[in-house]
Amino acid sequence: MASGEVKLIGAWASPFVMRPRVALNLKSVPYEFLQETFGSKSELLLKSNPVHKKIPVLLHADKPVCESNIIVEYIDETWSSSGPSLLPSLPYDRAMARFWAAYIDEKWFVALRNFLKAEGEEEKKAVIAEFEEGNALLEKAFIDCSKGKPFFNGDHIGYLDISLGSFLAWLRVTELAASYKLLDEAKTPSLCKWADHFCNDPAVKPVMPETAKLAEFAKKIFAKPQA
Amino acid sequence: MTNEVILLDFWPSMFGMRTRIALREKGVEFEYREEDLRNKSPLLLQMNPIHKKIPVLIHNGKPVNESIIQVQYIDEVWSHKSPILPSDPYQRAQARFWADFIDKKMYDAQRKVWATKGEEQETGKKDFIEILKTLESELGDKPYFAGDDFGYVDIALIGFSTWFPAYEKFGNFSVEQECPKLTAWVKKCLQRESVAKSLPEPEKVTEFVSMLRTKFVAE
Repeated sequence: MASGEVKLIGAWASPFVMRPRVALNLKSVPYEFLQETFGSKSELLLKSNPVHKKIPVLLHADKPVCESNIIVEYIDETWSSSGPSLLPSLPYDRAMARFWAAYIDEKWFVALRNFLKAEGEEEKKAVIAEFEEGNALLEKAFIDCSKGKPFFNGDHIGYLDISLGSFLAWLRVTELAASYKLLDEAKTPSLCKWADHFCNDPAVKPVMPETAKLAEFAKKIFAKPQA
Repeated sequence: MTNEVILLDFWPSMFGMRTRIALREKGVEFEYREEDLRNKSPLLLQMNPIHKKIPVLIHNGKPVNESIIQVQYIDEVWSHKSPILPSDPYQRAQARFWADFIDKKMYDAQRKVWATKGEEQETGKKDFIEILKTLESELGDKPYFAGDDFGYVDIALIGFSTWFPAYEKFGNFSVEQECPKLTAWVKKCLQRESVAKSLPEPEKVTEFVSMLRTKFVAE
């Protein structure tokens, strides 16, 4: 049942919030974006997601849906007749998409976050190795899932594209801060081409944070207090 | 076309139990293979090279990993009977949310109850009981998490119940006292054939956990 007002509680800089925004755009669903102020949580957020108290939260006719990947599946299933399917049609391919989305959140993103935390040559080397191992896996996953098409989901952006693509802005900010190329055409050519396609998609462009703006924001929130 | 289904599993795994239950709910014939986690089989390492973990579901030679993904896969392949996820998208999102909550919170919290002692254990126990109470609050007075029908969230959680006596023994508390509705729900689920056949005896699990505990805690 696709009727009812749609609102999304979120923040422009959050990769998790970006996921449902891309999904809603792909399905041409208009929504009201309720921007949270950094550092505080609104009454509506706390009421809508009492368990985790986190963004994003989708409100459809005032009924909340929480957890970014779960929201994306909800959008796909609710507006199923609008636009192409966000998940593949075969159960095996769907299982693969879900597997890689879980891997991205549980391992790949954690490795990305560790990049900036790493101190000293040894730790930095270890973090780089871990991250590149993950990238190699994703490069292969892309080749397997895309079957020659531009996206993990085939001809059109889907669940897995959204899951990984939402981290690209933060990846670019990390590249700048670490002075290290995290997505290298020489090592992961398919992923690099995919990243280009993803970022240039009309459903993605309006909601992908600008690297410079995000870098400034990152400096602010990760600023170490003066000793 | 014949369906060849193999499950690589480890008998006390609350995650393996999910897949066993789902397969039985659908009446799917499968070959259960017990893994020795200290000596993982070449097949396990080949089918789950990234995580090297059980359970691994192998369907006509192709692996599906991660128990909660396996349950959804089973529901989608054998869609002709006993639906596991509800059909309404909003209900499905709620079911996925609670299964995700269980995955994110239960394992680490329950581990503290039996694998630690002293203050760390006390804090772990408090966290764990709070998680159980959150789940009990979600269950409410309904027979199952989704309402009248046994489904996804029940399957995601029920395996942990075989570990409850172990938590009670080492954590020194009573699940029934803290969560009477959840305790009633466990009994109800155990009446279901797919569950009864898929869960080990809690006494055996407690014995196993006791042995494990000696490796982590110097008493």
